[in-house]
Amino acid sequence: MWKPLGAALLGATLLTHAPEVKAAGEADPLMSRSWSFTGIFGRYDQAALQRGLQVFETACATCHGLEFVAFRTLMDLGYTEDEVREFASRFWVEDGPDADGMMFERPADLPDRWPAPWANEVEAALIHGAVPIDLSLITKSRYGGANYVYSLLQGYDDEKTFELDPGNYWNRFYPGNVIGMAPPLFEGLVDFADGTEATVQQMAADVSHFLMWAAEPKLEERKRLGLGVILYTTAMAGIFYAMNRRLWANIKK
Amino acid sequence: MSADTPTPQFRGVLGWIDHRLPVVSLGYNHLVVYPTPKNLNYWWNFGSLAGIMLIIQIVTGIVLAMHYVPHADMAFDSVERIMRDVNYGWLLRYGHAVGASMFFIVVYIHMFRGLYYGSYKAPRELLWMIGVVILILMMATAFTGYVLPWGQMSFWAAVVIINLFGAIPLVGDTIVTWLMGGFAVDNATLQRFFSIHYLLPFTIVAMSFLHLVALHQFGSNNPVGIDLTKKDKINFHPYYTVKDVFGLFVFLTIYALFVFYAPLTFAHIENYEPANALVTPAHIVPDWYFMPFYAILASFTFDISIFGITLMDAKLAGVLAMFAAVLILFFLPWLDTSKVRSATYRPLYRIAFWVFVVVVLLLGYSGSQPAEGAWLLIGQITTFYYFFHFLVLLPLLGKIEKPLPVPESINKPVLPTASAGAQAQPAE
Repeated sequence: MWKPLGAALLGATLLTHAPEVKAAGEADPLMSRSWSFTGIFGRYDQAALQRGLQVFETACATCHGLEFVAFRTLMDLGYTEDEVREFASRFWVEDGPDADGMMFERPADLPDRWPAPWANEVEAALIHGAVPIDLSLITKSRYGGANYVYSLLQGYDDEKTFELDPGNYWNRFYPGNVIGMAPPLFEGLVDFADGTEATVQQMAADVSHFLMWAAEPKLEERKRLGLGVILYTTAMAGIFYAMNRRLWANIKK
Repeated sequence: MSADTPTPQFRGVLGWIDHRLPVVSLGYNHLVVYPTPKNLNYWWNFGSLAGIMLIIQIVTGIVLAMHYVPHADMAFDSVERIMRDVNYGWLLRYGHAVGASMFFIVVYIHMFRGLYYGSYKAPRELLWMIGVVILILMMATAFTGYVLPWGQMSFWAAVVIINLFGAIPLVGDTIVTWLMGGFAVDNATLQRFFSIHYLLPFTIVAMSFLHLVALHQFGSNNPVGIDLTKKDKINFHPYYTVKDVFGLFVFLTIYALFVFYAPLTFAHIENYEPANALVTPAHIVPDWYFMPFYAILASFTFDISIFGITLMDAKLAGVLAMFAAVLILFFLPWLDTSKVRSATYRPLYRIAFWVFVVVVLLLGYSGSQPAEGAWLLIGQITTFYYFFHFLVLLPLLGKIEKPLPVPESINKPVLPTASAGAQAQPAE
């Protein structure tokens, strides 16, 4: 009875694990990096988050939105309330209607969310050819998470195996290898406030770190609470295990 | 059962209440002095775990519903608001989402325990059948709940599953329109799914009470599978309350590991993109707990025809097979013709049981793969075997199998316990 089953399992394994041949247009395996936020004690690196915000503002925010990030939450990055208020006031948001029933624009404030860099999706499509996706959840909606963003930003090289239409770019990590986004990072693009050298790899790492925070801002709180909960449940399991043993000791046959 | 236990006279306020509304003695008889077999092993913990998971899901779900907005334009945003702005919203939401998977793991183990020890056999047929009703209600609840975040996978799962009903001859399209509340999956669909998702858990609560009533009529089955006398039973409290709480904390630890450190293990990344009717995800797959049934659906890639006349197209055949795979469980008490309950004393059934477990796991895995090539074939073979197990093997085994001698009581085993096999270790 077991033999045919074993043969079937073996056959299935062989069939599905045939050596993979990389076809043209297939994405390379992602680069990976050891992030400070992984693991049970994972925490965000505030310096990296602040640099990431700088990269995002310079290289990404002109095309991409960050609609689920409210300015007030930038205080998580280690900025003071005044610094965040000052930062927010550089953005304009729509408000209203006012007493005359008119909508109006005003500088953004702490409770406002990061506005999209275009008025609506029709305008975005006109400018960019397609609507640039919102990046609030990019690290949770792509396989590889932060590693995906990190790889993609460094995936522009000239190893293309076929000719591209104008307005398209070769990226070895993008599914299909053809991406509409122009290379957003180049050496020295950002003047980091903390004096870190702005290599493409450094900027890619920092902005990926920042986007992980943007997607999962409660990660630190979650991991911290988790430790306490698991300590409690394991301790209680231990206590009840001992209690259970004693209780059943005289029931044994 | 409780009839032999003299119910104590409650005094004071409790006595006054119990005289008029006998809930105190009911609780006493069914939670404290309820006679329980003393040889239950840890596989018997999963019933109470399922009950606790149901409560956790209802409590977290009710709080989530206070913040969630069931509207196609706002649902996705409101879920992100819960994750970011609601106090401990991330905990409620991850707890609820991971909780759904945990609930199914617990219930599936509970069911496989019933299969191994023959807990569905006379006189517990209705107990088992109510359990199957609960499973079906859970599936409907899980599916409607999965649609609510209104991400890409939510939306397309709704499209695919609702359109399955289109396979029904003549009235299929009408039913699909009726279910969607329109001609496409849209806001009307989302709102009715929310309503249904809030309703069904309470029907599960009601069915769980019936499940307990049926259970307490004859009491729990046990690893030996024989009817036990009074002397082989002990009070539920403290013996099983303590044992269940121990199991509960072990379970909560595993649950917490997922919620706090790997909350997206059971999630689909596509669901972090808002629903978009114009972009179809590359692979639309259901959650893991539907995979075996999904594989059965997907394995029908051919029309069923005789002499060139198509009797049933592939889609209808797949849909019918998928529903049949669940509904066949209702007939299990009569498909299994053996009078011996526990697989410990059924050498052939014991093998068939473990083969069935492997087949269901293979079915599930093949369901998660694109339906082509080797995995399609494995899906088709295991689909065949799934029905073969219930319709041919179980009726046949009862006739041809020679069971091992069954002990007359658990204190006098005919065989040393070691030969019962590693799967059936007694708890003590």
